[in-house]
Amino acid sequence: MCFTQNFWNLVVSGLADGFLYALIAIGYTLVYGVLQLINFAHSEVFMSGGFASYFILNAAIGTSQPHGIGSLAFLALGTVGGGLGGALVAFLLERVAYRPLRRRNAPRLAFLISAIGASYFIYNIAGKEFGRNALEIPSPFTNGPVFSIFGATVQTYYVVIAVSAVIMLVLVDRVVAMTRLGKGIRAVAQDAETASLMGVNIDRVISQTFIIGGILGGAAGFLFGLNAGVVYTMGFTPALKAFTAAVLGGIGNIRGAMIGGLLLGIVENLGVACTQASWRDVVAFGILVLVLLVRPTGILGEQLGRAA
Amino acid sequence: MTAAPPRGSALRRLWTSEDARRGFACVVGGLVLAVMTGPEGSSTAPTSGFTGSLFHARVIGFIVFGLVLWGLITVRRRYATQVRAFSDKVTAAPRRLLPDKRVRAVVYLAVLAFAIAYPATLNSFWQEVLVDQIGVYVLLAIGLNVVVGYAGLLDLGYIAFFAIGAYSAAYWTGALPIHPPFHLNPFYAIPLAIIAAMLAGVVLGAPTLRLRGDYLAIVTLGFGEIIQIVATNLQGVTGGAQGVIGIPHFSIHLLGIHYAWGINSLPYYYLLLGFVVLVLFAFHFLENSRVGRAWVAIREDEVAAESSGINVLKYKVMAFAIGASTSGFAGMLEASKISFVEPADLTVQLSILILVLVIFGGMGSLPGAVVGAAVLQWLPQYLRVHPLLGFQQQDIYIYLGALLVVMMIFRPEGIIPSRRRKREIGLAEHGVGHADALSGQSGPVA
Repeated sequence: MCFTQNFWNLVVSGLADGFLYALIAIGYTLVYGVLQLINFAHSEVFMSGGFASYFILNAAIGTSQPHGIGSLAFLALGTVGGGLGGALVAFLLERVAYRPLRRRNAPRLAFLISAIGASYFIYNIAGKEFGRNALEIPSPFTNGPVFSIFGATVQTYYVVIAVSAVIMLVLVDRVVAMTRLGKGIRAVAQDAETASLMGVNIDRVISQTFIIGGILGGAAGFLFGLNAGVVYTMGFTPALKAFTAAVLGGIGNIRGAMIGGLLLGIVENLGVACTQASWRDVVAFGILVLVLLVRPTGILGEQLGRAA
Repeated sequence: MTAAPPRGSALRRLWTSEDARRGFACVVGGLVLAVMTGPEGSSTAPTSGFTGSLFHARVIGFIVFGLVLWGLITVRRRYATQVRAFSDKVTAAPRRLLPDKRVRAVVYLAVLAFAIAYPATLNSFWQEVLVDQIGVYVLLAIGLNVVVGYAGLLDLGYIAFFAIGAYSAAYWTGALPIHPPFHLNPFYAIPLAIIAAMLAGVVLGAPTLRLRGDYLAIVTLGFGEIIQIVATNLQGVTGGAQGVIGIPHFSIHLLGIHYAWGINSLPYYYLLLGFVVLVLFAFHFLENSRVGRAWVAIREDEVAAESSGINVLKYKVMAFAIGASTSGFAGMLEASKISFVEPADLTVQLSILILVLVIFGGMGSLPGAVVGAAVLQWLPQYLRVHPLLGFQQQDIYIYLGALLVVMMIFRPEGIIPSRRRKREIGLAEHGVGHADALSGQSGPVA
């Protein structure tokens, strides 16, 4: 087979991609859970996170080359900065593009169109304001091989992604499962009307859901940008794939999104080994269509309300 | 929730006052407009765009604009009944006359006469704009109107079918690296291009339309990307990233008449006008036929439609395929007109642009689709020639994106709404029906 030769290398890079997809996919899945809507502008939340972390790290690191504890501190700063940037954009997005429509009980088509409009507005204005060339985030660490597993070398970058993603994924899983906020999210996902009768402030819960999704998406934007740089069009493809991941795992299901993301990352990388790099996106979308045909409810099924 | 008198500090009272919030929104809107029309930032000084537009004297103008807007809204709200009475009085005559079939026919004939006579007086630049930027997009908007407007489905990969039409035109006329069994005149390639696009529509639509409607949006989005990637990568079949050149122009050799369309735009304009009128007639009758009524039933209440014996999937696929074939037709025409297709032109952005044209004009309204496409495609060209407020062509999607959001908030039915669609949206907002076909059969009924 075409992918057996480099199998473990492909799995390692696939997992790194997969963690990013998982982080973004959570944003889709959470919003889908509470609103039953695909948040088309989530790609721009991801992009904003990348830009926010770029500005913060550019100011903080400058031209110095951090190492040791400094690296960790800057990584944390970048992740938090990206998360805050993403959260801010997600919050504004909900306020401007969703809430007025929700107040009016508009048809679902209106939400999708308004989100697409917002997405185009945000990314093109980012292109206008920040220039249309990719900006390189100053690296908080020096990349290099850390250890090897089954003959596959694991780079520092992969370790960074895996560690920060696992921390965030576990956190969000626990937040939704254990906190008062998580209870609110699950209640709204199960039955918004009843939840509001029970005293859940739906507007606030929806806002907070967007913010949680925004934090993860923005942080993913930072982690993605570390390697690829940040540019105004960076959101489109990763977000489309993350959506695929969310569907793969069962949209509305948080753990499904995580599993779907990792699976998609690995399958995509193995698939590319059998074709050429330029067919990468076709592999991912092929998976999307296949999943929708064979099992549209995804691996774990659609159930935010009953998750965890 | 009764309107209790606001308590707390003055600041809090101000924030909870509707008037103050609206004023705040207007001023923020003005500032956003200032940034939108402001100078470009650059990659070397990534914040210079913001500072250049917000810390500059002209920002005062935009704040004033926001305040004036706020004033207008406030006045309008205060005198709502008078405003309503006045606008009713002004529009009384057109509203009485327009439903009359004879009046409509006269209006349409006048518009047609204008569309025939006026372009001949334009210079070649505007004639070219009229074909490449306006005519083709009017056709595309009319086609997407069937999908989005009539059936209430969201298709975000509409340009993929345009690509399929264009590439099949290139194939049948022998311009591609792979050759057909026999070369055809572009006129005979038209039905083949339409069939190819329609087949693609059925193949893509039939499986996905079974699912929740918003999945269709994402699948079509992915499909649009795939078509572009395939067209770029399959060097041996499609000519790759350089595109295909040498697609022949239209020509007639019939009954002793020999005429060939050349590089001049005006003959193409009349050809296109003829096709557009034809398609408009066809879709008008379709709208009022059994099929059109089935689409209405589906978007108003899918469950009720299904239980009344309407084959929901069949009619959805039909709408999707009809839209796709119109797009393929437009692609075929454009490919032959400019005798060139390039994958880089077939972006997802273009699909979104056509969606904006339909939404702006009015979903489900044929005059809306035509006028929306004509106005929105003409305006950027006009602004390119006569720049206003430093308008730049590459910023067009900023304005279109903002337009979509604003339209959805304030006027979801478009500038020339279909009466039925407007009523549906109103009803859906009061909890009756859906006004779109997005909930799908397996979707949660929320």
